[in-house]
Amino acid sequence: MAGELPSKREPIAGVPSPIARCFDTAVRFRAFMNRSDYKLQIRALRKTYGSVIALAGADVEMDEGEFLTLLGPSGSGKTTMLMLIAGLIQPERGEVWIDGRLSTYMPPHKRDLGMVFQNYALFPHMTVYENIAFPLRMRKARESTIRSEVERVLDVVQLGGIEARHPRQLSGGQQQRIALARCMVYRPPIILMDEPLGALDKKLREQLQLEIRRLHRDQGITVLYVTHDQEEALVMSDRICLMDQGEIVQLDTPDGLYFRPESVFAADFLGESNLLDATVHRVDERVVHLDGPGGGRIEAPARDGLSEGQAVKFMVRPENVRLLEGEENAENTLNAALQDVILVGQVTKHYALLPGDIEVSATSLTRRRRPRFTAGETVRFGFDRASTVVLPVGEAPPAA
Amino acid sequence: MNADSASERRGSGGRARPEWRAFGPLLPVLAFLGVLFVFPVAQLLWLSTVDAQGAFTALHYSRLFDSAVYVKVLGITFRIAAWTTLFCVVAGYPVAYLLATAHARTRNMLILWVLMPFWTSFLVRTFAWMVLLGRRGAINEWMQAVGLTDAPVKLIYNFAGVMIGMVHALMPLAIVTMLAVMRNIDQNLTLAASSLGARGGQSFWRVYFPLSLPGVASSALLVFIVALGFFITPALLGSGREIMIAQVIIEQMEELLNWSFSGAVAVLLLATTLVVFFVYDRLFGLSTMSSAGGIAEDGERRTGYIARMGAWVGGRLIALMGWICDRFSDVVEVLRAPKPERPRATLSRKVLWGTGITVLVYLVAPSFFVIPMSFSEAAFISWPPIGFTFQNYEMFLTDPIYVGAMIRSFVVALTSAGLAMLLGVPAAFVMARQRMRGKGVVFACILAPVIIPHIIIAVALFYAFAQVGLVGTTVGLVLGHTVISVPFVVVTIMAVLKNYDTRLDQAAWSLGASKLRTLRHVTFPLILPGLIAAFLFAFVISLDELTIALFVSGGQTPTLPKQMWVDAIFKLNPMVTAVSTVVLVFVTSLILVAEFARRRSEKVMG
Repeated sequence: MAGELPSKREPIAGVPSPIARCFDTAVRFRAFMNRSDYKLQIRALRKTYGSVIALAGADVEMDEGEFLTLLGPSGSGKTTMLMLIAGLIQPERGEVWIDGRLSTYMPPHKRDLGMVFQNYALFPHMTVYENIAFPLRMRKARESTIRSEVERVLDVVQLGGIEARHPRQLSGGQQQRIALARCMVYRPPIILMDEPLGALDKKLREQLQLEIRRLHRDQGITVLYVTHDQEEALVMSDRICLMDQGEIVQLDTPDGLYFRPESVFAADFLGESNLLDATVHRVDERVVHLDGPGGGRIEAPARDGLSEGQAVKFMVRPENVRLLEGEENAENTLNAALQDVILVGQVTKHYALLPGDIEVSATSLTRRRRPRFTAGETVRFGFDRASTVVLPVGEAPPAA
Repeated sequence: MNADSASERRGSGGRARPEWRAFGPLLPVLAFLGVLFVFPVAQLLWLSTVDAQGAFTALHYSRLFDSAVYVKVLGITFRIAAWTTLFCVVAGYPVAYLLATAHARTRNMLILWVLMPFWTSFLVRTFAWMVLLGRRGAINEWMQAVGLTDAPVKLIYNFAGVMIGMVHALMPLAIVTMLAVMRNIDQNLTLAASSLGARGGQSFWRVYFPLSLPGVASSALLVFIVALGFFITPALLGSGREIMIAQVIIEQMEELLNWSFSGAVAVLLLATTLVVFFVYDRLFGLSTMSSAGGIAEDGERRTGYIARMGAWVGGRLIALMGWICDRFSDVVEVLRAPKPERPRATLSRKVLWGTGITVLVYLVAPSFFVIPMSFSEAAFISWPPIGFTFQNYEMFLTDPIYVGAMIRSFVVALTSAGLAMLLGVPAAFVMARQRMRGKGVVFACILAPVIIPHIIIAVALFYAFAQVGLVGTTVGLVLGHTVISVPFVVVTIMAVLKNYDTRLDQAAWSLGASKLRTLRHVTFPLILPGLIAAFLFAFVISLDELTIALFVSGGQTPTLPKQMWVDAIFKLNPMVTAVSTVVLVFVTSLILVAEFARRRSEKVMG
């Protein structure tokens, strides 16, 4: 099917001189030695605006059919990375490989990527049909092919019968689907999405998240997705690339990022967390012993680069902390003064203060029959060694 | 009980305010324009159809068409206006595009280059061209020095001179109008087009250009209408063959004292203007003007046969332009093929910058040629300036006519700007904040004095003022100038209020401030820079105004522009360069202050 569409035009070149040909061969040889076996790969990609570093030398690899999300606060460089891959801006240095071809400075219209923009960027002066036909026209497809392809993608996004309307006559959700259809119609090997759901309300957003996931699975497309919404990233991605201030903080599966964050930033950005100061007491082969807040001993799985006396933080998710009753015991415990017990619905949250007014919280499933703790009483918080993560403070660790 | 509740109701404002009172602030400006704009123009129409005895006659009109002269002048006027429009739009488009797509900081800097000539007086700028293009002007001297020509080339007093001057005068208007539309075009759209596989040419012609068309159309309309009523440039830079219709009006009025006939000519011009509006409305819809910036609502609107034909032809044309551009980039690619390992050259952007800067230099540079000239010792205007002397300034400041004219211009400008503010500010509040029926009509009424050629207003006011003895008075001048500056005040302040968050007022009320105190302590300080800008714009309009002053001021009480005009018509005296320099420097600094005040207000309100 895709073979019908002339997807690439051979660049027109003059007859090169022997020297130029030599040089060209050398460049090609180098490119061959450096070639990329990934669907998409960027190497040491860097972009600055004046003194502002938008992207500080990033490396990412993506396999075919993968759903990778760039997650980070605004200004973290995720949109910059996307635009560099799409070729809409040019990098200062580094390389972009698409489908095993070096594409760093290729003009965007030769990359054959699909891109969905934040506000959809549907052409307001064209109908839905003309919008979707646009990329096919640019590829000089036949009118009959265009007609059938447009029909096909409108079916895929379940929006048949609105071809003659203009974008502004559509709801936000419909516009979003048309934007998706427009970029799927020419079957690009990779689709880039820049916060495509940012402008929609919560309910519609959740619905479309699942829809995009379904499309990704059914159509087997490779998706690079940008969002600042951690929940969205967790719901949709095969892997998440967490970014901050132009750097990649951690690139991992949602599971790994959530349970094994490698930095304070990662631990703090994703989900709720208790982040507490401690110093390293002793490092064993498997276990690291910490002096926790209030002098209590905390144990955690060992990790590299820790030395005795080093100031660190440890993280434990509130849902992994439980209130200990009577003689019950746990691998790690903290004594704290209970401040507040809040029933949020399916979970109940307990907020308490450690000595020195350090806040900790524990979240448990709401149950009807449970010993009631009251504010002001001293309680014991317990958690497992395995759910405790030691994090270095200060300098962020180099990305994996 | 009853009495209590009644008084309570009255006291605490339980009664709803009648709806019309909300629109009360509009009444003064509407009454003002009714008396000083609508009525005089209507009277002009009436006068042109009656003879000296007050009986109906078509005499004046038949005279218009009897002699081939006036039909010919109308033809010339159309031709000049059409060429001016074409050049303004074609050369202005790249500049507007450059400004719309540049970074905010670059845009803010470059836009001053457009605004400065936009506001500096036509008269001064026309003088500058006389200095530059004359037989012994800078360009001729330079061409001879370089050896391009042996004898001076005739650059002035012909069609080319008129074109250079008129395009220079009106291009800023074209740019500003197009920019308003272009700034509302989402820049992601062109990026989206290129990510979908469109090359530079295709993504510009198929996506950006169609979206910018409403701006092109409305700027063409404005330029054409203003050009129709032009007389300064053709009179000073043209020959006997470039006589425009406004010059006929002035000639009939001033030299032949044939008021009724000049009224008929003015009506002809007015009718022409209305026909142009009508045709424009058929083709593009006037709504594209008032909503300047709203994305074109085409697709459903264009239902007429001609419009559909136009759309089809336009579509083909756009495809063709895209194709041509892409073949051009093919050629560029042959010379320098894009390689994945080498940064792309941004050739098209460089060409755009080159064009834009050239046009901007053409717009800004000429005015500054009068500055060195004003210090020249030469007894007549020639380039290069000789020596250094203040004698021109001395002559200017010791000439009682000029000093009187300068003082009068100041007084008139201050008073009329003040009056325009008094009328315009309340109106702007209502227009920006109230919802009401017929708002479009009211807005059109307020804008009409800007859109209709000023010469018509001038003639109409002359008749009206003649009846009540206001011709030749400062009051008459003030009233006349206020008619044309009120629209600018209303539009400027509406723009300021559009950015104003009314929740700030509500917050102040909820915190216990009365309406008056809210106005004084919250609203007013926030919009003050905007108010200052509006006042300065109104001030500059009046200070530069020639058309109305020409008719209303009479012989004894000239304003500065009128005095300059009279001198320029009879003989160009080097003193004019000193006067021009003073006006230029003064107005430019006012514009800079106004522009920075406006930006500050935008910044304060986020």
